[in-house]
Amino acid sequence: MHSRLLAWFPRLTLLLFLGPVAAGLLATLLPAFGILPVLGFVEPSLAPWRALLAAPGLGTALALSLASGLGSTLLALLAAVLIAAAFHGRPALRRIAGLLPPLVAVPHVASAVGFAFLIAPTGLLMRGVALATGQDRPFDLPLVQDPWGIALLVGLALREAPFLLFTVLAALGELHADRQLAAARTLGLGPVEAWLRIVLPQLYGRIRLPVFAVLAFGLSVVDMAAVLGPTTPPTLAVLLFQWFADPDPAMRLQASAGAVLLLGVTIAVLVAWRLGETCLAVGLRPGLVGSPRPLRERCLLLGGVLARWLVLGAGLLGLAALLLFSVSLRWRFPDLVPESLTLQHWQHGLGTLAGPAATSLAVGAGSALLALVLALGCLENERRRPAAPARVLWLAYLPLVVPQIAFLFGFQMVLLALRLDGTITALLWAHLVFVFPYVLLMLRGPYLRLDPRFERAARTLGRGRLASWLKIRLPLLLRPLAAALAVGFGVSIAQYLPTVFAGAGRWPTLTTETLALAVSGDRRLVGVAAVLLSVAPLLAVAAALGLPAWMERRRRRPARLLQAPDPQAASGANRASRSSSLKLRPAVPPPSTPS
Amino acid sequence: MPFLSRRRLCRLAVLAPLVLAAGPLEAGAFEAVREKARGQTVYLNAWGGSPQINDYVAWAGRQTSERFGVELVHVKLTDTGEAVSRVLAEKAAGRLDGGSVDLVWINGENFAAMKEQELLFGPFAGRLPNAALVDTEGKPTTLVDFTLPTDGYESPWGMAQFVFFHDTARLAEPPRSIAGLLAWAEENPGRFAYPAPPDFTGTSFLKHVLRATVADPARLRSPVTPEAFDAMSGGLWDYLDALRPHLWRSGTTYPANKEALHQLLDDGAVDLSMAYNPAEGSSLIEAGRLPDTVRSFILEGGTIGNTHFLAIPFNAAHKEGAMVVADFLLSPEAQARKQDPAVWGDPTVLAVDRLAPADRARFEALELGVATLPPEALVPSLPEPDPSWVRLLEARWIERYAR
Repeated sequence: MHSRLLAWFPRLTLLLFLGPVAAGLLATLLPAFGILPVLGFVEPSLAPWRALLAAPGLGTALALSLASGLGSTLLALLAAVLIAAAFHGRPALRRIAGLLPPLVAVPHVASAVGFAFLIAPTGLLMRGVALATGQDRPFDLPLVQDPWGIALLVGLALREAPFLLFTVLAALGELHADRQLAAARTLGLGPVEAWLRIVLPQLYGRIRLPVFAVLAFGLSVVDMAAVLGPTTPPTLAVLLFQWFADPDPAMRLQASAGAVLLLGVTIAVLVAWRLGETCLAVGLRPGLVGSPRPLRERCLLLGGVLARWLVLGAGLLGLAALLLFSVSLRWRFPDLVPESLTLQHWQHGLGTLAGPAATSLAVGAGSALLALVLALGCLENERRRPAAPARVLWLAYLPLVVPQIAFLFGFQMVLLALRLDGTITALLWAHLVFVFPYVLLMLRGPYLRLDPRFERAARTLGRGRLASWLKIRLPLLLRPLAAALAVGFGVSIAQYLPTVFAGAGRWPTLTTETLALAVSGDRRLVGVAAVLLSVAPLLAVAAALGLPAWMERRRRRPARLLQAPDPQAASGANRASRSSSLKLRPAVPPPSTPS
Repeated sequence: MPFLSRRRLCRLAVLAPLVLAAGPLEAGAFEAVREKARGQTVYLNAWGGSPQINDYVAWAGRQTSERFGVELVHVKLTDTGEAVSRVLAEKAAGRLDGGSVDLVWINGENFAAMKEQELLFGPFAGRLPNAALVDTEGKPTTLVDFTLPTDGYESPWGMAQFVFFHDTARLAEPPRSIAGLLAWAEENPGRFAYPAPPDFTGTSFLKHVLRATVADPARLRSPVTPEAFDAMSGGLWDYLDALRPHLWRSGTTYPANKEALHQLLDDGAVDLSMAYNPAEGSSLIEAGRLPDTVRSFILEGGTIGNTHFLAIPFNAAHKEGAMVVADFLLSPEAQARKQDPAVWGDPTVLAVDRLAPADRARFEALELGVATLPPEALVPSLPEPDPSWVRLLEARWIERYAR
C-alpha cells in the first residue's frame, strides 16, 4: 500500500469521526447563547441560560444525573475490582470470565428492561415475596423509577460492572502480577489486600479511559434512565431530550444551554474524579508493610464473592426474566409462573420487528465494516509513522466522554443542512462515530504488536507490500479482526440517541422499538424485543469466537507461502506466529456498548 | 403541464368556489392525485405506543400498497410534539420541500401549534372523495378541533370520548365524579394514578378536574392568558394537592402513559385506568392485556369527547401519497375495521346511516365488546377546552409536581 495514500486515512477518519462531534458541539453551543438564525434568533443573549435556570425541576434533574452517574461508576468499579482481587489466580475467575462476554454484549436497554422485570413491585422477586406473605396486590413501593434514582444507579452499576471487570482482566494480562503478589504476601499481606495494594495501582492507569467512558455515559444516559429512572422530573439527559422534542422553538435554545451545562458538568466530574484518584493514591501509599489483618482480608473476600453473585446473578436472571415474559400468555400478579405459555408474541413480534431487526443488522454490519477499514488504514499508517499513543487514545475516546446529547442535536442540524437527515447514510455515519473508537481500541494492540518480520520475510520472497499485507498480516490478525467486528456490531446495535437524531425516526431499530415498548407497557412484547436485541450481538460474539477457528482449520496458514525456499524460516514463523497469537490481547481493553 | 386554455381557466374560476363549498371533488379529479401518488412512500408520524394501533397502521399500509402503489411507513412517536418539532426544525433549516414527515396523527394543541406557525399543507381535507361521508352534523368536532376550526388543514380519522376502567373483580362500585374520586382515593390510598402530563391521557384527565373546579366551565371555550389562568385555577391545584398524597406511590412517580396505567390495572397495583377511547377496555381484554372482568364508565355529567385527525406538513415530500392514505383511512372499509374492538375499537367519524347498504352492514356487524358502553350511555359528550388552557395546564402541572 502506498504510504502517501495511507497518510490520508487518519485525516479522513478524523473528518468522518471527529467532524460530527466538533460540528455538533458548535451547533449546540451557538443556540445556547441565543444564536439560531434559522429560527430567527440572531442576537447573542443569555436568555437561554436564564430560561434554563428557571426551568422547573432543573436542580433535581441535575442532582439525579450526578448521583446516578457517579454512584453507579463507583459501585461498578468497586464490584469489578473486588471480584478480580478476590478470585485472582483461582479457577473460578476463568468461569466468571467466560460469563462476561454475553453480559457485556447485551445492549443497555435490554439489561435495563431485564433488571426492571426482576425488581419491580410486580417483578419476579416481589412475586416471590407476595406469594410467601399471601399478598395478592403488588406492594406500593418505589422499586423502579424511584424519585431518588436508586434503581437507575444500581441498574447502571450492574450493567457496567461486567464491562469494567472485562477491562480489568484484559489489562491484567499485560502485567506480571504473580511474582509481585508472591513478594507482597511474604510481607504478611493477605492475597486480596495484596492485590489491591500491589496490582491495582499499576493496573488503574490502563483502565482509566474505560472508567471515564463509563462515568460520562452514566451522566448522560437516556435509554436506561427512561426505563429505570424517575419521571417527575427525570435525569438531566432525559429532560434535555424532552426539551429538544418540544414544539416551542425557544425550548431549543433552552435545551442547548442545558446540553452545554451537562457537558460542563461531565468535564468537571471527570476532573474531580482524576483529582480523587491522586488523593487516594497518595493516601494509600504508606503502610504497605503491616501486620496481617485477617478480619479485613475476610471482609474483602466476602465483598468479592457477594459482588460476583450480584453482578452475574442479576445479569443472567434478568435475561431469563425477559425470555419468560416473552412467552407468557397471561401472567397476573402474584403468580410466580405464567398461567400458560405461548409463542404468539414471538410470531407477532417477529412480524413487526423484522424491519427494525433488518435495519439494526445492516447498520451494525455496515458501520462495523467501515470502522474496520478506517481503523486498519490508520493503524498501518501509525505503524509506519509512530505517533504519541496517548494522543491517539484520547482522540479515540473523545466521542465516548462527550455526552451524546451535547452534540447530537447539533449534528442533526448539520445533517439537515446537508440534506442527509433521515437517510441511511446519516444513520451509518452517526453510528460510525461511536463504533470506530471501539474497533480501533480493540485492534490497536494486536496490530502494532504483531512481529513485522513475517511481512518482511514475505517481501523478500518477492511479494508486494499490499500482497504481503493482505496475505500475511491480515490472516495472522484474524482473531482480533473478528473480535473487533463483533464488538463494533454490538456497539452499533445498542445505539439509541444517534439512531433517533440522525435517522429522523424513520429507521426504527431493535433498540428504539424496545425502548418504545418498554415505556408503553406490554411486558410480553417488550420481552420479545429485548430478547431479540440481546441475541443479535450475542450471535456476533459467538461468530467472532467460532469463525476464525473454523477458517484456520480449513486453511493451512500463511506458512505455505514461505515454505518452499526456506524451510527453516517457515518453521520459525510458525513458532513465532503461535506465540504471538497467544499474546493477542487488546492494549486498551475492549469496550462496553454505550447507547 | 401544457398550458391552460382560456376556456379551461374560466371553467376553473367558476368551479373553484363551488369546489370549496361542496367539499369533495368528483372522483375524476382525485384520480390525478392517485396517479402522482403511485410509487410514493408515505411517512406517517403517529404515536406508536399501542401494539393494536401499530398493527392497524401496518394493515392499512398493506392495503394502500396493494391498491394504490403507496407504501406506508409508520414512524412511531412517543409524543406528537416530536413530529411538530421536526417539521419546525426543517422549516428552520430552510427545507421548504422534501420534508421528512408526510402525514401526522394530530389534534388539539399540536394542531393549534402547527396551524399557528404555518407548518401545514392545505386545505386538503375537502379534496378527499371519502370526506363526503363524514358526519359533520352529528359529530361537529370533525370540523372544530378543540376550539379551532380545522379549515380543511386536517382530515378527521376517529372519534374519541374519555372513559374510565375498573376491574369489577376487585372494585365493584367505582367513584363517578371528580369530587367522589378524591374522597375514594383518601379512603383507598395508593390505588389511583394518572399518567404524567404532557402525556395525552394524563392531560385529558386533568381537563376533567379543571372543568369540575373552575367557577364557569363555559369560560374554558375561549382563550386564556397566563394571569387569568392562574387566577381561575386555584381550585384545580387545591384538588390536586389534596389528591397527590393518596396517589399510587404517593405521587412521587407517575405512569408514563395509558398503556403503563393499563398494565398497573392488570397487575392489580391500581383500581382504575382511563383512556380517550370508549372501546379500549374491550380491545385490551381481547388482546389478553386486561382481565375480562374489566368494565368502563364515565363521570356523572359526562366526559370530554373529541376527534383526532391526520394532517400534512407544508413541506411533505409525498403530499399526493399522504392524501391517498388519508382518503383510504376515511373509507368505510378502513373505518369499520378500525372500530372493531378486536382490531383497535376506535369509533368512526362517518355518518353510518348515510352509507351504502353494504358499507352500513360492515358497521352493523361489529360487536360492541364486553367492556364498551353503548353510545346512548356515553352522554353527554363535553367539549374540549381552548388549546391555550391546555398548554398552561401542562406547563403549570410540570412546575408544581415535576421539580
